[in-house]
Amino acid sequence: MTDGIVLSTSGLVAGYEIGLAIVRGVDFELRAGELVTILGPNGAGKSTFVKAIAGLVPIHAGKVTLGDTDATAVPAHEKIRHGLAFVPQTENVFATLSIADNLRLAADILPKNARAGRIDRVYGMFPDLSDRAGRRAGALSGGQRQMLAIARALIVEPTVLILDEPSAGLSPKIVGEVFWRLDEIKRSGVAIVLVEQNVKAALAVADRAVILVEGQVRHEGTAKGLAEDPLVAELYLGARRERVAATA
Amino acid sequence: MNPQGLMDGLIAGATIGLGAVGITLTYSILRFSNFAHGELISWGAYFALAVSALLGAAFGFLSAPIGPFSFGWALPIAAIVAVLLNGGLALLVDALLFGRLRARNSTVIIMVMASFGAALTLRNLLEFTFTGKPQYYTNALQIAIKLGGGIRATPDQLLSLLVAAVVVLGVHLLLTRTPIGRSMRAVSENPPLADLSGVNVRQVVRIVWVLGAGLAAVAGVMAGLLIQIRPEMGLDLLLPLFAAAILGGIGSVPGAMLAGLIIGISEALAVAAVGAQWRAGVSFVILVAVLLVRPQGLFGRPE
Repeated sequence: MTDGIVLSTSGLVAGYEIGLAIVRGVDFELRAGELVTILGPNGAGKSTFVKAIAGLVPIHAGKVTLGDTDATAVPAHEKIRHGLAFVPQTENVFATLSIADNLRLAADILPKNARAGRIDRVYGMFPDLSDRAGRRAGALSGGQRQMLAIARALIVEPTVLILDEPSAGLSPKIVGEVFWRLDEIKRSGVAIVLVEQNVKAALAVADRAVILVEGQVRHEGTAKGLAEDPLVAELYLGARRERVAATA
Repeated sequence: MNPQGLMDGLIAGATIGLGAVGITLTYSILRFSNFAHGELISWGAYFALAVSALLGAAFGFLSAPIGPFSFGWALPIAAIVAVLLNGGLALLVDALLFGRLRARNSTVIIMVMASFGAALTLRNLLEFTFTGKPQYYTNALQIAIKLGGGIRATPDQLLSLLVAAVVVLGVHLLLTRTPIGRSMRAVSENPPLADLSGVNVRQVVRIVWVLGAGLAAVAGVMAGLLIQIRPEMGLDLLLPLFAAAILGGIGSVPGAMLAGLIIGISEALAVAAVGAQWRAGVSFVILVAVLLVRPQGLFGRPE
């Protein structure tokens, strides 16, 4: 691992069809215990970028490195064994399986003697799930599902956790709880990549932010710096033009 | 209701149920109706016929009937080999046909049409290899024993019921209590999320083919033992199989088995009430009624 970098991409080009690149040459680095948020307007390629890292979108060129491993051609189901956990934006739990079976499924890739301990640990972090272990995941509220999706990802104790818009469709109160959890997970040493539309909440919890526009990195810097940059806010984060003019 | 009709229906329903479990598993994971499943039943029956004949020829004592049954040890051994061979055949068909179509992201209708083609090929290969003449595992005659309440059944029929119950219970436990069962349920619901969870979806697809074909082989041996072995035996079962899979609720193993028994009993009732020529219509009526009234089946959940 170079300088604590747990995930990096270099010149990453990716898209659903060959010749139609959505992500166009992205260089990116993530260090252990760091939370980096990926921001940008709709259609900027944020979700495609993280899905390509996870192995869900074909990579046309460039390289993905996980720790010391070249993970560019590693299939999605093997990425988790290299320490990468991914929480999709929608349909991120198995609705027909119970909460317990969702967690057991995630633990099935671990050695047999480690499974029960990991599941207990996650139940300790999310006591609400423990109380409802036998209930079908499909019967949970949106917030509870999001917690289960995060819990499922944490079972394997990943080095990198990627979340694709975890606040989508949730009430502000639940969003606050989700982001509080992410901060807690980050403090435990897990590196997090957070794709978000909720810019304010994302910048409040992130260490760094990367702004993608048309599949390329347009800006990057500390979350605090980007949050206070009026031009960035105007161009990419949806701030009102008048406010920018007033600040300039 | 005539109690003997109930018994006959249960026996026929056990075979239908086993076949329907295979259909429901492959449908829920491979996401298309495999119309070649009937031919896997026929191939399973013929694999067992060929192996038991070979075993009988090589070791004559294996053909001697076991206790009250009509067959010797050659048949159970051949049935196990047939399960494995049928699994291999299903993997071969997948590698040559369905797997290639999946790799091209073919639509469901293309997969279904391909399964019709596979069914024709497999059925004609059977006829070419074994001829169309009906064959039997044994020529021994069995006398039905009295079970009380006016019900009679042969030891072979009772054994078939027991085997079906044990196999279905085994598959149900496999799906609900084991890691591979969880993986299968996960792939059935959401393949990309299963992939992200570390499940090797391709491997699960292979396991489902082997499991479905193995169940088809058991159903084929049961049908062959209780009736006769013909290249069209699977084709004749196809409508009841799909009716049972849909009535039970796609993806539900206990549902498919229960529905198989319901269809078997309904067919027996229809034979007693309106004549044997209407037997085939029963499955069709049930299939249409379920699709109209409760498309998710008995144990399925609404979309």
